[in-house]
Amino acid sequence: MTTEVIPPASVPAPGRAVRVRGIAAGLRGLRGALIPILHAVQEELGYVDQTDIAVIADVLNLAVAEVHGVVTFYRDFRREPAGRTTVRICQAEACRSVGAEELAAHVKRRTGAGFGETTYDRRLTVDEVFCLGNCALGPAVQVSGKLHGRVTPARLDALLGEAR
Amino acid sequence: MRVFVPRDAAARSVGADEVAERIVTATAGRDVEVVRNGSRGMLWLEPLVEVETTDGRVGYGPVVPEDVDGLIAGGMLDGLGASLGLVEELPWMRRQQRLTFARVGVIDPRSGDDHTEHQGNKGLRAALAMSPADVVEAVVASGLRGRGGAGFPTGIKWRTVLGAESDQKFVCCNADEGDSGTFADRMLIEGDPFTLIEGMTIAAYAVGATEGYVYLRSEYPDAVEALDAAIRTARESGWLGPDILGSGLDFDLHVRVGAGAYICGEETSMLESLEGKRGMVRAKPPIPALEGLFGRPTVVNNVLSLATIPTILANGAAAYAAYGTGRSLGTNVFQLGGNIARGGIVETAFGITLGELVNELGGGTATRRPVRAVQVGGPLGAYLPVEQFGLPMDYEAFAAAGAMVGHGGIVVFDETVDMAAMARFAFAFCAEESCGKCTPCRVGAVRGVETIDRIRRGEDRRQNLVLLDDLCDLMTDGSLCAMGGLTPLPVRSAVRHFGKDFGLYDAPQGT
Ligand SMILES: Cc1cc2nc3c(=O)[nH]c(=O)nc-3n(C[C@H](O)[C@H](O)[C@H](O)COP(=O)(O)O)c2cc1C
Ligand code: SF4
Ligand code: FES
Repeated sequence: MTTEVIPPASVPAPGRAVRVRGIAAGLRGLRGALIPILHAVQEELGYVDQTDIAVIADVLNLAVAEVHGVVTFYRDFRREPAGRTTVRICQAEACRSVGAEELAAHVKRRTGAGFGETTYDRRLTVDEVFCLGNCALGPAVQVSGKLHGRVTPARLDALLGEAR
Repeated sequence: MRVFVPRDAAARSVGADEVAERIVTATAGRDVEVVRNGSRGMLWLEPLVEVETTDGRVGYGPVVPEDVDGLIAGGMLDGLGASLGLVEELPWMRRQQRLTFARVGVIDPRSGDDHTEHQGNKGLRAALAMSPADVVEAVVASGLRGRGGAGFPTGIKWRTVLGAESDQKFVCCNADEGDSGTFADRMLIEGDPFTLIEGMTIAAYAVGATEGYVYLRSEYPDAVEALDAAIRTARESGWLGPDILGSGLDFDLHVRVGAGAYICGEETSMLESLEGKRGMVRAKPPIPALEGLFGRPTVVNNVLSLATIPTILANGAAAYAAYGTGRSLGTNVFQLGGNIARGGIVETAFGITLGELVNELGGGTATRRPVRAVQVGGPLGAYLPVEQFGLPMDYEAFAAAGAMVGHGGIVVFDETVDMAAMARFAFAFCAEESCGKCTPCRVGAVRGVETIDRIRRGEDRRQNLVLLDDLCDLMTDGSLCAMGGLTPLPVRSAVRHFGKDFGLYDAPQGT
């Protein structure tokens, strides 16, 4: 992990705007299309770039400020690419009662990344989440979208090891 | 023969997929069908494998993949060996009255045939044989109150929507389920999605709506997949779309995935989000029943409220209202979570006590230390000490005790909990999740965190406790919605019952 080169900040690929326009145009007929469009853009392109916002606003005939306001309101929408693996650690009450905070501290110690941060080698993004609906089997953690229950620090190390 | 291994997200989170794969491999070439059912709700037994026998379904659990070969060698496929016995006969199951969750964990949630064989669409057919107004009155008579938290009578809400004049009406299901300690909506959607679809269709018929939306949180990818699959099957089967079951009713249903905002569980914020906007809370009036989605009359109900409708119509309002106590009629799906030995789902008539749920069904804490506090009703609910374990689960009894039933989530903490830290978290959560529209909530929550930090450091403790009290008054009275309005509930209950943690040495109880 120590020998890796830090990649440059991402620049949207040429053709991105065309793709975003295509996604937006394909979904614009839905009622309340903006959020489904943002999900689709992020799903396909990894994040919502500032340059995407103007394109989407244009397709939906909305003010850029309005689209920007929506992107920044919701926790799910990322403004820059995440690491290869995203781990989300539940920090809500039920998981706190069985050691969720210790789990978060452990990951920070191990990877150097706190909530909302990506490791310098861009392998791992760490984030917090408030409840994954697994409150009887906490602490709960989501690794690349997959839910895990009763996660101990050792188990989390193993999961992250597999993911790397 | 059939073997059941849950596909429920909680069961999968502790290895159900691997167990299912192992069984498929080990029984290759034999006449064994592995069915991926929902969870029975005994989450401490997950992965719970069930085998169909002539006496009923025999359970094995928790099963890890390495157990599978041994269990099969020991006669598992004939219901023999190291089993838990008949699942229906387990004390945890026998203690319950499952109406809303009757089919969850029993059926294959992907199979329309299974739904039909287990009384599916019986409620819908009964409703379609009645007038819309009679359906609404049946729901009123059942006593059903909103299961999403506020407990407003569902039938009365429907009556308002039915009476509203409009070119279009909507039914919206609130599946945001952001409360910590709640997972019943998720389990219902993953374990029996057709029942939710049926309930929403009945609602549409009753109020005259043609289009429905389920606002489902993005934290639940398994539920999104399950519901999408069920909607496709329902359309193919003529249970959604034009001329449903040949009745002339047109109704279609769509899933909208949320984007990680707790406040979007508040109904008007949810409507804004469905319209493609920031989830800012709307001032009421107008109420959504009159001006809801895109300004049209809209039914907004929780998953469990809607999923309870089919059983009410199928068996009659009186049969449902026969359960429960006082003005809390029917059954509720309680969720036991946190530091608990036997966590999961308990559906039972209202009136069971908090202590029965936590100690008798839940078996106390997972750490085997004494229970110190439980939070009931999500992050906006009160913390209660064991001295209040005699409280019956009943909306009015809880309100009288300065607490709330909410969505029925119960989170258990053992004696190591620091209640001042939990009160701080309540404010921090509110600060994080506030929609920002009104000052008492947006700014008050931040001031709350600071004030508790000072109290915890021992700075001017008495004065800061007075300040805290003032702040709580202001947030209670001045907030536009229950996010800011109820955050003082966990905070104040923590100070009242666990004063020692705030440096109040003369605090009465809950030490
Ligand atoms: C901050 C906040 C969050 C809420 N979250 C939810 C939720 O996740 N699910 C839900 O059904 N109701 C939630 N509610 C309650 C809804 O506003 C609304 O009362 C409910 O969806 C109505 O349906 P019901 O009558 O069937 O309960 C929330 C309320 C507030 C104030
Ligand atoms: S109380 Fe909070 S969440 Fe509710 S409207 Fe005001 S700022 Fe928004
Ligand atoms: S509180 Fe962590 S999964 Fe619900």
